[in-house]
Amino acid sequence: MYIIVVGGGKVGYYLTKTLLNEGHEVLLIERNPEKASTFAERFGAVVVAGDGAEAATLAAAGAARADVVIAVTGEDEDNLVVCQSARQKFHVGRTIARVNNPKNEQLFRLLGIDVTVSQTNYILNLIEQSIPERSFLHLLSLRHADLAIIEAKVGEDTPVTNRTISQVQLPVDCVIAAIARGPELIVPTPATQILRGDDIIALTHREQEDELRRLLGCFVVS
Amino acid sequence: MKVVVMGCGRVGARIASILDHNGHDVAVVDTDARAFRRLPNDFRGNTVIGTGIDEDVLRSAGIEGASAFVAVTNGDNRNIMAAQVARLMFQVPEVICRIYDPVREDTYRRLGLTTVCPTTTISAIILDHVIGAGDLSGVRGREA
Repeated sequence: MYIIVVGGGKVGYYLTKTLLNEGHEVLLIERNPEKASTFAERFGAVVVAGDGAEAATLAAAGAARADVVIAVTGEDEDNLVVCQSARQKFHVGRTIARVNNPKNEQLFRLLGIDVTVSQTNYILNLIEQSIPERSFLHLLSLRHADLAIIEAKVGEDTPVTNRTISQVQLPVDCVIAAIARGPELIVPTPATQILRGDDIIALTHREQEDELRRLLGCFVVS
Repeated sequence: MKVVVMGCGRVGARIASILDHNGHDVAVVDTDARAFRRLPNDFRGNTVIGTGIDEDVLRSAGIEGASAFVAVTNGDNRNIMAAQVARLMFQVPEVICRIYDPVREDTYRRLGLTTVCPTTTISAIILDHVIGAGDLSGVRGREA
């Protein structure tokens, strides 16, 4: 696969290194010429100095035949323009953008970026996961349908504790797909009772995620 | 009408003060508080410190209910992103975006943004004086 990485910060550096080791054809574009030449000494001729948001740079990098363009600079606006330009001008099949402000993930998806990676959101998820009770874990975002799969641990006094599925008024576009209770995995029926300590796995529309958090007694971010 | 101007450089400050002078409700956004010194002393509009690519900053500048949004910071990419936020997330009816890079300007004009490219415009004016063959196509509207 031919992969273009834009932005030679720590993320871009290790990404390039790893992808090269995996045998991919990689090109790293870094704006700062000094940084670019340092990287070139380490990686060889797979580094170019230039502004990845400029069409001429992408054209010279052979973006038209790239399978993936990954924009991982520290600026959301630069990552957005790199990916949009790759798609619009060079018809790159897959664009991946690093998002620094987690709120921008929605916008980037609306604007056609295939994958967004938000370190802030990952760290938030890890923190939530490490809180023993009432954790609410965002497992997976499904871009096209704007759906998310979440996991939540049921606390002692939430609105759903000790109620059956039929008694729980879920937000619209939410469904409880499974309940993990100790070693048991339960596919719930309307009569299934939700107990403290249950891990609920639910499929939800992203817009309802916060409402679902409240219902399950989890804290709401932002 | 309510207008949010992002970037309080020479152009942003001038647009904001003229709009204010004409009785419009103006908010100016800039990351640097010192930039607001460019505004006249009698400026009655609102000044907001922050980056216009942040929805929360735009919200506090009153983007909800604004009739127009003008993106004139020094960064092409910042202007492009803010313009798309204003259009998509806040449905601002009139969004104008300055893009210095003519290639990028062309790309985003095709994507439906109203763009102004000073590079093309100023070159055309100067060329017109020098060889009388300029073409003033730097200011373009949304394509039909």
